[in-house]
Amino acid sequence: MEVKLTEAPVLAMEWRKKKSNKLKSEIAIEFIIKVGGYSSIVLILAILFFILKESYPFLMNNFKFDEFFLSTNWNPASVSKINYGILALFVGTLVVTCLSMLLAVPLGLACAFYISEFCNPKSREIYKILIEFLAAIPSVVWGFVAIMMINPLIINTFNVPIGLNVLNASIILALMSLPLIVSVGEDALRAVPETYREAAEAMGATKWEVATRVLLPAAKNGLMAAALLGVGRALGETMAVLMATGHSIQIPQSVFDPARTLTATIAAELGESPKGGEHYQALFAIGLVLFILSFIVNLSADYLIRGRRK
Amino acid sequence: MKTAFLLLFILMSCSRREHKLIQNKGSDTIVNLAQAWAEEYKKIKPEVAIAVSGGGSGTGIAALINGTVDIANSSRAIKEEEKAQAQKNTGKTVQEFIVGLDALAVFVHPSNPLTGLSLEEIACIYGEGGKCESWSDVRAGTVVPGCKENKIIRISRQSNSGTYQYFREAILGENTDFKMGSMDLNGSREAIDLVEKTPCAIGYSGMGYITKNVKALCISGKAGSDCVSPSLETATDKTYPIARELYMYTSGEPSLEVKAYMEWTQSDAAKEIIIKSGYVPVPKK
Repeated sequence: MEVKLTEAPVLAMEWRKKKSNKLKSEIAIEFIIKVGGYSSIVLILAILFFILKESYPFLMNNFKFDEFFLSTNWNPASVSKINYGILALFVGTLVVTCLSMLLAVPLGLACAFYISEFCNPKSREIYKILIEFLAAIPSVVWGFVAIMMINPLIINTFNVPIGLNVLNASIILALMSLPLIVSVGEDALRAVPETYREAAEAMGATKWEVATRVLLPAAKNGLMAAALLGVGRALGETMAVLMATGHSIQIPQSVFDPARTLTATIAAELGESPKGGEHYQALFAIGLVLFILSFIVNLSADYLIRGRRK
Repeated sequence: MKTAFLLLFILMSCSRREHKLIQNKGSDTIVNLAQAWAEEYKKIKPEVAIAVSGGGSGTGIAALINGTVDIANSSRAIKEEEKAQAQKNTGKTVQEFIVGLDALAVFVHPSNPLTGLSLEEIACIYGEGGKCESWSDVRAGTVVPGCKENKIIRISRQSNSGTYQYFREAILGENTDFKMGSMDLNGSREAIDLVEKTPCAIGYSGMGYITKNVKALCISGKAGSDCVSPSLETATDKTYPIARELYMYTSGEPSLEVKAYMEWTQSDAAKEIIIKSGYVPVPKK
């Protein structure tokens, strides 16, 4: 019997299928990749489950909504009245994160543009190494920089009583998230096809016009991702902000007031709290708040990027 | 604290099977002393490795309750309920060893004109309900050069610190809290560093941490009475009003190695290290 021409591709596919069935390595690799993909989901769910499990008794028994969210009084070691109010910590986290991003995002993206578009290839490599070196500095070291260098600098420059404050922490966090923003931002710009630049230049556009009119819109999603990774970095940092904010429970009235963040509170207090105690559970409730906060940040980021694509 | 963990890691990775490992954890006040002791002890008994880490007195005692350490360091006495908890968890009675004395120094920036404070004045600065917000509230006419608005920057410690708890009890009594809004640093070293760089600041720590870049104040028990500076002598004869004992706790009757080590900490060689670390040996009775 003659094989019809139209059947040929089908037959070829079947033959391929048969052959691939024999390749166990292919199945194995497929499996490994699948496990890799699912593991992130499983891990996130496991973390959520763990945090929920540890904070559950607190949320069910001792949780008072208005005390927890609307009181500025966080005093788990009190001898007169133990109070778990996270308002001051929550505000501290938001203020420090926002201010640090105001500093880091423009600087980081400008730096990414410079490295990717404006500087010559030789110095580009040096800049990249230097910027990435910033990421290798441990956070305790940043904390000491905050206390020993930036603190006296702020006291003397702005003539304020204390230099461990929102501004200090924001500067430190900006420096810490800078390498991430620069690296990811630079990658996003590099990913814009060379033909875009060539086309724009052929039209007589200056370098500045290429950067702002062509590359910025073309790499928008990647640049946004860079900024949001920076937000995540700033939101999650513990040790450096613990030292740089002054770790003082109050709602900051200005950038020169000390503050305290949610993460630093967990870092400083979890070691002391006996496992399963009320304080321990309250700290896990803070962890839950942070989890939800970062979930919202990621979700809105995703929404923004998708919205742009349409 | 990080270095302590690193040391712990190195010690653990160095120790071979035949080595006896003693886990020693707790007070940040004692951590330097305990490390110096551990190093010296290794010279005498190389087969025993002592892994020292910090984290705070509360952390050490929590570990003792959970049965994960051999010796817990603490700069405050163990509480009755903690003893009971340890008894319940491990089935063993907690043993107490007083390994040294420490004068708790209260210190300010060198440019601060004050040389001494009374306990009441300190309570006015740190205690809940205390009215001292600026340096002139503490003593009329006090002006700290370089300090904007003459405002007092209160530096305190995280709440699992034995120093924090001892200071609260000694200065504020059993039932008063610290005023909100202090800077709660997580180490004595950080407290000293910060005061060194901040003219408005006041802080407290064990005497051993004091450097010449901060001014340790002379403390009087009551306003108007003579004040006493923290030193070896004044802590030993108890004329300094805020001196305390430094403790090591073991669970149950200590094992042979631990017992030998605890005995060694009372030897003359160990006492020399106490003095070198800035603390005070327990006077012989």
